[in-house]
Amino acid sequence: MVLRLMDKQSAKIEPMGEELAPFLEVDSLSVWYGEKQAVQDVSLSAPKNTVTALIGPSGCGKSTLIKTINRINELVPGVRIEGDVRIGGESILGEKVDLRSLRQRIGMVFQRPNPFPKSIFENVAYGLKIHGVKDKQTLDDVVEWALKHAALWDEVHDRLKSSALDLSGGQQQRLCIARALAVQPDILLMDEPCSALDPIATSRIEELIGHLKEEYTILIVTHNMQQASRVSDYTALMWLGELVEYNRTDELFMNPKEKTTEDYITGRNG
Amino acid sequence: MSAASRKSLQAVREAVQKGDRAPLWAAIFENIVRGFTIAVVLMLVFILGTIVWEGVPQISWDFLTKAPTDGMREGGIFPAIFGTIFVVLFMILLALPLGIFGAVYMVEYVRNGPMARVIRAAVNNLAGVPSIVFGLFGLGFFILFIGRNLDYYAFGTPRDNAEAQLIEEQLEPLRAQYREEAIAQAKIDELKGKERGDFIRGYVAERMPAQNRKVFGQGAMFWAAATLAILVLPVIIVSTEEALRAVPASMREAAYGLGASKWQVISTVVLPQARSGIMTGAILAVARGAGELAPILFVGVTFFMPSLPLTEPVNFGPLVIQVVNPFQEFMHLNYHIYTMATQHPDPVGTRSIQFGTTLVLIVITFMMNIGAIVLRRRYARS
Ligand SMILES: Nc1ncnc2c1ncn2[C@@H]1O[C@H](COP(=O)(O)OP(=O)(O)O)[C@@H](O)[C@H]1O
Ligand SMILES: [Mg+2]
Repeated sequence: MVLRLMDKQSAKIEPMGEELAPFLEVDSLSVWYGEKQAVQDVSLSAPKNTVTALIGPSGCGKSTLIKTINRINELVPGVRIEGDVRIGGESILGEKVDLRSLRQRIGMVFQRPNPFPKSIFENVAYGLKIHGVKDKQTLDDVVEWALKHAALWDEVHDRLKSSALDLSGGQQQRLCIARALAVQPDILLMDEPCSALDPIATSRIEELIGHLKEEYTILIVTHNMQQASRVSDYTALMWLGELVEYNRTDELFMNPKEKTTEDYITGRNG
Repeated sequence: MSAASRKSLQAVREAVQKGDRAPLWAAIFENIVRGFTIAVVLMLVFILGTIVWEGVPQISWDFLTKAPTDGMREGGIFPAIFGTIFVVLFMILLALPLGIFGAVYMVEYVRNGPMARVIRAAVNNLAGVPSIVFGLFGLGFFILFIGRNLDYYAFGTPRDNAEAQLIEEQLEPLRAQYREEAIAQAKIDELKGKERGDFIRGYVAERMPAQNRKVFGQGAMFWAAATLAILVLPVIIVSTEEALRAVPASMREAAYGLGASKWQVISTVVLPQARSGIMTGAILAVARGAGELAPILFVGVTFFMPSLPLTEPVNFGPLVIQVVNPFQEFMHLNYHIYTMATQHPDPVGTRSIQFGTTLVLIVITFMMNIGAIVLRRRYARS
């Protein structure tokens, strides 16, 4: 619903959800790896059912930023985080936050497709199983639902038992999306999900993202500016760990406010 | 490209081709290296050839399935094969879980922290200890310390002379009482001299509580397996570590990203993917353990046993169940070869038995190594 509303009036919406309540908020976030600061005082917020693209040159802290949101970069020894991340108004960085349920609410798709060396079915069912779902019928139903949502069902429904590693790269990436969707998240984080894929597989994923935002709030890292302009509602440009500019995507590309942004999107930099 | 430069390129090509010929010293060096290589291969061929040549005629169904007879001059080596297989089986059952836990702890929990460094140093040092030292350790730690204490707490068996004396003092009144009972028996008057003494001793012995029951505090297959387990622990830890580290970070991230707990990530993603690497290590460990004699020399291996180390038979209806009793001594191929060659009164007459036994041992370890290589290949491909 929200989405349809937005599509119609998207030209009139003011940037940064002044009309739409922020759902995912990053508030003065800084992240260090040991002594090295990878993210500096970044703030941005995204309303529900939108796609936000993070662009910027390699090493500017895009992955670090999104891995902080599902707290998976806490696996790196010596990582230090300041600031806050809120989802629906609730901070998720506290000590008491249950990481298992947090990560269930925030699905992540990685740069290289990383299916487990198990069957297609087992890959999608994995998240459910670790969250204690045992009922065969439920598993079957959710696997089918997730594969359909990830636009993969038609290609694999007759070989769910075969190895996920036999799929093509694009299919593997959609399988990873299905795997993330199966645990019923609210937010999808995608870290350059198409960078290892060919143009056709890429366009299928982009199309899929267009459908997925009806139900999910999506944050996508990409170094491909056409992709950012095609799929996203909002775009954030990061530069050396800092957020340079954050705006509605069309605004940012048509009317960059910062010199750095202009140089970057016209290819004079980075 | 101009004709001139084509010409000069031709000159370069000729020069390069001419320079192809190796100088004299390189040829000499190459031949020396080749000579050594051939010498090594020839030695191997000679050793294996001799064993096969002399051993094969000895191999027969009876040799593989019968026990030795006629003072080890005839019969087969089945109890030694049996002991060798079971001691390494128990060894791997002990070493594998311990080694896997150790490696998981190092790779997944303490990573490169001080604890990991301590464990790694210990493992490396363990790998460098001469194997006879493991034998002494097994005797001192497993049998004399753990085994004797188990016997002490389970059966009251004295652990040293002082305790033996103490128990003796406590039992003395009981012994005296039984002696008097024996004397009071009507029958005693009919007996004279030695017969009389025997009767009294027998009567008392029958009734006295067991004082020297030894189950654990003596050489046993289990202690030999435990000693070998420590010896092969580094092999298992190192190969498991390698296998765990080879699991890509992306697999862990995928699982964590779905909300898996640390233990779930380890048990459902990391360990299954490391499985064939771990199996390779296990087989190498088994091959290593099967080839060792020094570590088991003092902890339970024996030259000859009249029967296999089995438990008492238990009847389950028509079924008679008898399983391996790891708390008995056992025969072993390595020890069999050693004693036949050095301790037997007729080492020359039993030569063919020695070769046959050696051949069997080599075939067993060789098969295990082949298994490890096959597994490793499969592992490298996936
Ligand atoms: N695990 C890590 N340990 C140490 N430094 C890291 C780690 N991951 C990333 N960095 C550093 O943090 C900075 C940002 O990296 P990253 O977030 O991966 O950038 P991007 O995704 O934009 O290419 C880089 O300078 C990178 O070297
Ligand atoms: Mg990145």
